[in-house]
Formats: sequence, C-alpha cells, structure tokens
Amino acid sequence: MKRIPYFPGCAMKDQARDYERAAQAALAALGCELVELPRWNCCGTVYSLANDDLMRHVGPVRNLIRVQDMGEDRVLTLCAMCYGTLRRSARFVAADPERLSRINAFMSDEHDYRGGVEVLHLLGLLRDVVGYENLASKVVRPLTGVRAAPYYGCTLVRPREVGVDNPDQPEVFERVLSALGAEVAEFPYKVECCGAYLTVGAPAIVAGRVRDIVASAAANGADLIVTSCPLCQFNLEARRPGIGPRLPVAYLGQLLAWALGADACLPPEAEALIQGTTPAAAGAQQR
Amino acid sequence: MLTVYIMGKGYRVPEGLTIMKAMEYAGYRLVRGCGCRGGYCGACATVYRLPGDYRLYADLACQTTVQDGMYIAQLPSTPAERADYQLSQVAPRGEALLALYPELARCVACNTCTRSCPQKLEVMDAVQAALRGDIRQVAELTFDCVQCGLCAMRCPAEIAHYHVWQLARRLCGAYLTPRAQHLARRVAEVESGAFDAELDRLMGMGKDELAKAYQARDIEP
Repeated sequence: MKRIPYFPGCAMKDQARDYERAAQAALAALGCELVELPRWNCCGTVYSLANDDLMRHVGPVRNLIRVQDMGEDRVLTLCAMCYGTLRRSARFVAADPERLSRINAFMSDEHDYRGGVEVLHLLGLLRDVVGYENLASKVVRPLTGVRAAPYYGCTLVRPREVGVDNPDQPEVFERVLSALGAEVAEFPYKVECCGAYLTVGAPAIVAGRVRDIVASAAANGADLIVTSCPLCQFNLEARRPGIGPRLPVAYLGQLLAWALGADACLPPEAEALIQGTTPAAAGAQQR
Repeated sequence: MLTVYIMGKGYRVPEGLTIMKAMEYAGYRLVRGCGCRGGYCGACATVYRLPGDYRLYADLACQTTVQDGMYIAQLPSTPAERADYQLSQVAPRGEALLALYPELARCVACNTCTRSCPQKLEVMDAVQAALRGDIRQVAELTFDCVQCGLCAMRCPAEIAHYHVWQLARRLCGAYLTPRAQHLARRVAEVESGAFDAELDRLMGMGKDELAKAYQARDIEP
C-alpha cells in the first residue's frame, strides 16, 4: 500500500462524510492508504487575497507544518476548496521568505515551515500517481452507458498557477471518468462558479447559476453531474430548480468507488440512475 | 524576598508564595478573582510577564508561584455572553455549536487560546473540532476546562470558548453518551421511600450529634 498523507478538511467530517468514505474505499482498492494528519485545522476556507494580512495564512501554513512533521512532502485533499486554499497559501509563502519568516516567528509553538510541501487533489493523484491506464485496469463495475458531466467549478482550476489542470479546457476529470467507463458529457458550464457562499446570503443568485449549469449539462446529454467540492455538491443539489431537468449529483469519489467495486455511499438518485443504466450493476447486485 | 509588581505597584514578598498569597501578603483583600484556591474553580485568572521576556503568560493565581520581577494583573471576570438555549430543544448535530456560536467560524487557527490555557488543553483543536461538528471530540478535549476565561480574553476572533465547551459537554452528556442504568434504579429507590427513615433521623439530630455523625461518615478511599 502506498501511504498518502491526507488532509480531510471540515466538510469531510460533516456534510461530505460519504465522499470521504467512498474515496478512502476507492483509493484502498487502488493500493493507496490515506493517512489522516494526526492534527489539522480548517484550511481557511476562502483563500485570503490580502497580502499584508498574514494572520489569514497562519491556518493553512500550520497544516503544511503538520505534513512536514510527519516527515512527508505531499498531502492529498478531496475537497476542491481545501485544495485551492492550501495550495495557494503554500505558494504565497514560497514566493516571499520575509512573509514566511514572520509567520514562522508568530507560530513559535510549531516547528518552522521550511516550504516544499506539495498539495495534491484526488484528480491529480489519479492522473499523476495512479495513472489513467492503471485506473482503467482496476475497474470491475464499468460505468458503461452513464453519461456523466464533470463539474470542476472554480477552485480546482483557478487561478491558473495552482489549478489541477488548464483553467479553460481542463481534461483530467474527463479522462478519469472515461477510465471508469462512463461517457463524458462535455458542457460549456463545467468551469463556471456555482455561486459558492452566496448560498447563505443570496440563495436566489446561486439558484440562477445552478439552473444554468444543470440545464447546460442536461442539454449536452448528461444524466448525472459529478463534483469534487462539498459546496458545489450542496449548491447543485439544494439549489436545483423545481422545474426542468433535475440531474442527480454525485461526488467523484463515489463514482470511483462504485467502478472499483468498493462501498460507494452514493446518494439515492445517483445510485438509482447507475443501477438502472450500467449492465454490470445487475451482476453486482447478485454478488 | 523578591519583588513583584501587582497592578503596576511593586511589593516585596517572600519566595515560594502563590500569586494569590503574594497578593494577600501585599495587603490585597480578595473579594473577586478568588474561589476554591485549589485550581478547580477557575476564578483567579491572571496574566503576567517576566523581566526580559516579551511573552504574556496566563495562569491561575492559586496555582502559580511568584518569580522575581513578575508583572501581575488579575482578570477576575470575563465579559462574555452565553447563548440562550433549551438543551432539550438543541439537536446534537454538528451545526448546533455554530448555530449558537457563529463566531467560531472566525477562528484563524492562531493557537493563542492554547497558549493561554492554564489547564494546558488543546483549545484550538477543540475550536477546530467544533467547526467540523465533532461534538464528542470537543467534549473530550475540554473535559478539564475550569472556565477561567483566559482563552476568551486572548482570542483575536473574540470567541467565548468556555461557553461553547459547556454546550458541547452538555450535548455530549445528554445525547451522545450511553445512559447510566443505575441512575434510573437509584431514582426509583429514592422515590419508593427507601431513604426516608434515614433522612428523618438526620433531620431530627441536634447540631453536635450531626457534627459527630458527619465526622464518622463513610468516606470513599
């Protein structure tokens, strides 16, 4: 088993437990053991754009120190938001030793962060560590016939310097879904923002965006939307319009687990769709 | 003898005293900021600095001995609002803590709370557990909290930690911990009048007799 240091983030322990359980099971099937950081704190959620407010970078950098304390130089996230925030903070301190030394001086209760911890997202791990072909060879329940729309959202691909792939024409999500046997529904809204935290104060704005995203996926033949962010997942599910297409939404980790024959913890709508579509599903049920 | 500065004024006090006793030696009569004198009640929150050291230390006055040159200030009370709730109406779900204490989300993980805890609790880890809705973990991490309020006074996010911890422990005790079966049996015993005769006997005793009985009571080893 390959040991991969793992930063869960808050949502994986609450709203997105199913994503975590499914991803852990799926990665175990791929020979990767997720080793949760023994201590960790919130990534910071929204990356701070204030260059001079170093306090906002203390939280993310503290997590990077935890990775360093494990004797490791990389850490995996499942959440796109944690991925963006941790990765950007790592770059922020790498870009300016003065900032890093001030943050280190403030955190006198920790070892100094030396830099160099790489933050990975599940998609990047599947591409760079597991490999598409290797992934495809491990599939036992191919998602044949499922037309899945890969929804990147923002923080996986933007800004460019931290994105897991090209911000305008990414392909890693598509390649992974193809490796799982799904048909990929290309749709132009795949890197549009879902509205994120406006869901708290201005849910109508989010509902409008979600309506467009879902309609675009449906118009391009999708019968399922796949996410990698608990906030996107929440918005796409909870803010779906009451009329028009209501596509099921599932996490990447859940489809991965399904295809690899692991416990997928799928939401009922998505599970029903996959059960009803894939030829392997009937056989899998009998097992 | 050594010199300490209490609320900005210098005093010569004997070595080996606690901060609390040194204050009394210096002539203070403590009507607030003093309770059990045993480190349990959390009333005597105190901050101090030492000469040549920039750090602001926080501790309980009854548990900390004076050092030469110590600058001492007491914080007899922490202004903090406890959320208004009926425990029976609060579901023990992750969002319960955040719903009643939304300022938890302002935590930037600076760890100042942990550094200021006289009980040496992992206070920031508890805030983080609260943020991710792990009520049981919060209750476990804060079991030894004495509610002195020092974390709340130092927190840049202005969280009133100890009120949150109390809610978490209450939720944990009320909903997440198995019920003690012997408690129900004992309550039934009390209600059936099993102890009435013994209570009547005690109520009928004079002061001296009662004192004697108290001295001779069974004490757990």
